[in-house]
Amino acid sequence: MTDVATEVAALRDPLDTAEDWLAGGRKVAIATVVETWGSAPRPVGSQLVIDEQGNFDGSVSGGCVEGAVISEAGDVIADGKPRMLEFGVADETAWRVGLSCGGRIRVLVERVG
Amino acid sequence: MDPKLLRALNAERAARRAAILVTDIATEGAGRERLVRESDEIAGPLGEALSAAFRSGKSGAVEVDGQNFFLNVHVPAPRLVVIGAVHISQALAPMAKIAGFDVEIIDPRTAFATPERFAGVDLKAEWPQEVLARRPLDAYTGLAAVTHDPKIDDYPLEQALRTGCFYVGALGSRKTHAKRVERLKAAGLTDEQVAAIRAPIGLDIGAASPAEIAVAVLAEAIAALRRRNLGRFRDKAAA
Repeated sequence: MTDVATEVAALRDPLDTAEDWLAGGRKVAIATVVETWGSAPRPVGSQLVIDEQGNFDGSVSGGCVEGAVISEAGDVIADGKPRMLEFGVADETAWRVGLSCGGRIRVLVERVG
Repeated sequence: MDPKLLRALNAERAARRAAILVTDIATEGAGRERLVRESDEIAGPLGEALSAAFRSGKSGAVEVDGQNFFLNVHVPAPRLVVIGAVHISQALAPMAKIAGFDVEIIDPRTAFATPERFAGVDLKAEWPQEVLARRPLDAYTGLAAVTHDPKIDDYPLEQALRTGCFYVGALGSRKTHAKRVERLKAAGLTDEQVAAIRAPIGLDIGAASPAEIAVAVLAEAIAALRRRNLGRFRDKAAA
């Protein structure tokens, strides 16, 4: 058994990260997948936690829409209003953010505190 | 979300109790939330939806009396108890941890159960009888018995089957397992209970090395966890 293998940490739940960040005085938003249609990359209930600097932990897709969610989270942290985001199939020609897998997801972004 | 609610939810999760965060997503400016514990009695249609969600373990949106709620269901993280601090377990512990399992290794043989061999792992150099008396198995726990030694493996296997653990695997050849089946039946387990043991342990991927066998065991445990009927196991655990 190598040291590398024994030192691995379990992937933390984003909710634990959110509590730590709050305790450290950071402003935090939580994004949650509330609905999916078709082949969505992450199941309903999956969460992403974001701070005001754009640091994040967790996932709501396979990395396809996280960028857009993180950018919206900045606004949610600023004004405290929750937002419901919807992402569909990626449209590469229109440079629209989306899911390459062909599914659709709805994501609720809300500020903590 | 109220930070108090987040802390309360995380406290339930840390205590291995199921909880649901109910969010009102109907009204503009969604976000009214409440935390429901499994012991809470909620009347009416929302209560029924909550009970169903606790049983299935699945998150989702529900409509109750024209209102839309999102139920985020948090069931305890799966735990994997490994009986035997053997070579396979040295690979299985870190892999299972990455996959999200709380891992505990139990082996009364102090030559095997050494911190040097299991750095950073929850390791108990005690008899399973002692450890399980302090921290009993539950429906969210899987058990892999890999010592081959009936003196060590049999008791936790019996407990795991009686408890309705989501996964029960046992290492050993078919011949070894046939003898084990006889002993467990003699101890009062039914044919159905004994048939729930996955033996020979691990998915058939032609695993040869201890690390490969660990992959086969972990994959089998994940399959058991994700394909199980949670409600059935929960009812069994409650009974």
